[in-house]
Amino acid sequence: MEIDPFIFRLSIFILSIFVGYYVVWSVTPSLHTPLMSVTNAISSVIIVGAIIAALANSDGEVFSNSSLFGFLAITLAAINIFGGFLVTQRMLAMYKKKKKDK
Amino acid sequence: MISANLSAIFYLISGVLFILALRGLSSPETSRQGNFFGIVGMIIAISVTFLAVGNFSTGLLYVFVFLLVGGSIGAFIAYKIPMTAMPELVAGFHSLVGLAAVFVAISAFINPGAFNLGSPGNIKLASLIEMSIGAAVGAITFSGSVIAFLKLQGIMSGSPITFKGQHILNAIILISIFVLTYYLCATQSSNLFWILIAVSFLIGFLLIIPIGGADMPVVISMLNSYSGWAAAGIGFTLENTALIITGALVGSSGAILSYIMCKGMNRSFFNVILGGFGATEQSKSNQNKEQKPVKSGNADDAAFLMKNASSVIIVPGYGMAVAQAQHALREMVDALKKLDVKVSYAIHPVAGRMPGHMNVLLAEANVPYDEVFELDEINNDFANADVAYVIGANDVTNPVAKTDPQSPIYGMPVLDVEKCKSVLFVKRSLSAGYAGIDNDLFYRDNTLMLFADAKKMTEEIIKSL
Repeated sequence: MEIDPFIFRLSIFILSIFVGYYVVWSVTPSLHTPLMSVTNAISSVIIVGAIIAALANSDGEVFSNSSLFGFLAITLAAINIFGGFLVTQRMLAMYKKKKKDK
Repeated sequence: MISANLSAIFYLISGVLFILALRGLSSPETSRQGNFFGIVGMIIAISVTFLAVGNFSTGLLYVFVFLLVGGSIGAFIAYKIPMTAMPELVAGFHSLVGLAAVFVAISAFINPGAFNLGSPGNIKLASLIEMSIGAAVGAITFSGSVIAFLKLQGIMSGSPITFKGQHILNAIILISIFVLTYYLCATQSSNLFWILIAVSFLIGFLLIIPIGGADMPVVISMLNSYSGWAAAGIGFTLENTALIITGALVGSSGAILSYIMCKGMNRSFFNVILGGFGATEQSKSNQNKEQKPVKSGNADDAAFLMKNASSVIIVPGYGMAVAQAQHALREMVDALKKLDVKVSYAIHPVAGRMPGHMNVLLAEANVPYDEVFELDEINNDFANADVAYVIGANDVTNPVAKTDPQSPIYGMPVLDVEKCKSVLFVKRSLSAGYAGIDNDLFYRDNTLMLFADAKKMTEEIIKSL
């Protein structure tokens, strides 16, 4: 009997939860705020679904009911992607070690 | 147009890059590289999607336009936002992820053919379940985050909003979500789909309004987790590995942060979710408020104490963020260092309004991160320190948490500030903290209260030094 591809995706999902568990526990507490902003940015990879939805119409019509929601989702996800990564970068740039000037 | 297998491999690569992005955050040195990996992963995922769809019609042009519009808004916000407003920003961003998940689920429902999920009215059962989960969790994330945002912004009162029968109502709505999903799968009715989304918006709203301002660190982490599960739900619908991996990562990340925050307050997760914390205790502490003697001092006294100390520990809290006192604080510490005083910072896990909030503010004020310590690292040092400078923190220093089993914060890990030779407590008044209880520390012999705005007091101390 063949295994349903869903089972493979479920396996990836479960294993990723464990990867996430161990990786996040190793994040230093002082970087928890950047952790939140960067997880925010990467969860906006949902934009791939939005792009598929927006480009679904092949018959030349750009805006239909379903593609419109796709375009809206693209905008929202793009705010998050750019905002999330840039604000993380801005925060991380501020973390500096003690200067050894003494 | 590239093959489905090839694009799946690229999605896997971007999923791995996202793991590396989080991995980089294990230390500040590697974190910037980690962020770069994240950006590369995102670029790969987006480019592969364009190639996989292979539709280079005018629609593509519009996609770029919307991408650019959203991107510039995001970039603008990222550069303008003050570091003190980070909790609001993160809450706002969560709401956008949630809403985007809802929108993607809606368009998959209206036009399932585009995603290979069947035809309208005849969507594959598994896909329908996955898309319902994605839409419901996304909607909860959206409305919950909006409420969290309003509370953090102060547009909505931070005090818990409770009413009779609240928990029963929430339970009914949660059950109705499952019932609706079941019937949706049975009938494929689009009306049920819309009702499901509407009810999910409602429950997200109802779940967050009873949670008080002091519990915001838990709420934000929890919504972070939800946004991940929503993404994962959509990932299953779209059969997209990058989304599934990312959703799982973000979901577990938010869950761990919520756990750490709950532990920092010695409260169970359910206790926080059920809400209403601080409302009942407040009245109790107001009743038995007797006048106890308090020693208060001015900036000169504080400067004198710190000048003659050999080591000082700074305990910042949310009040410092409100007063924007982090820069003044850094200047004060610089002045102390010139006088050969050893200074370190002690940060409680739940200081501020989100995990790691204080660390970011101190980093913004150019405080080197190797002078900033977590509770476990520094708690034993208080006994050997001469002065503790408590600025904008309150409940997290309350010794009652260790001594009085009756206290609502009993058992919460606190900073052993009282073990210092002297404690300088900057506060505007003797009022209770968020937990609504009196701080025993105010009345100790070795405590000197400095009644003033955190920033003004710190600036005055600098002058006296």
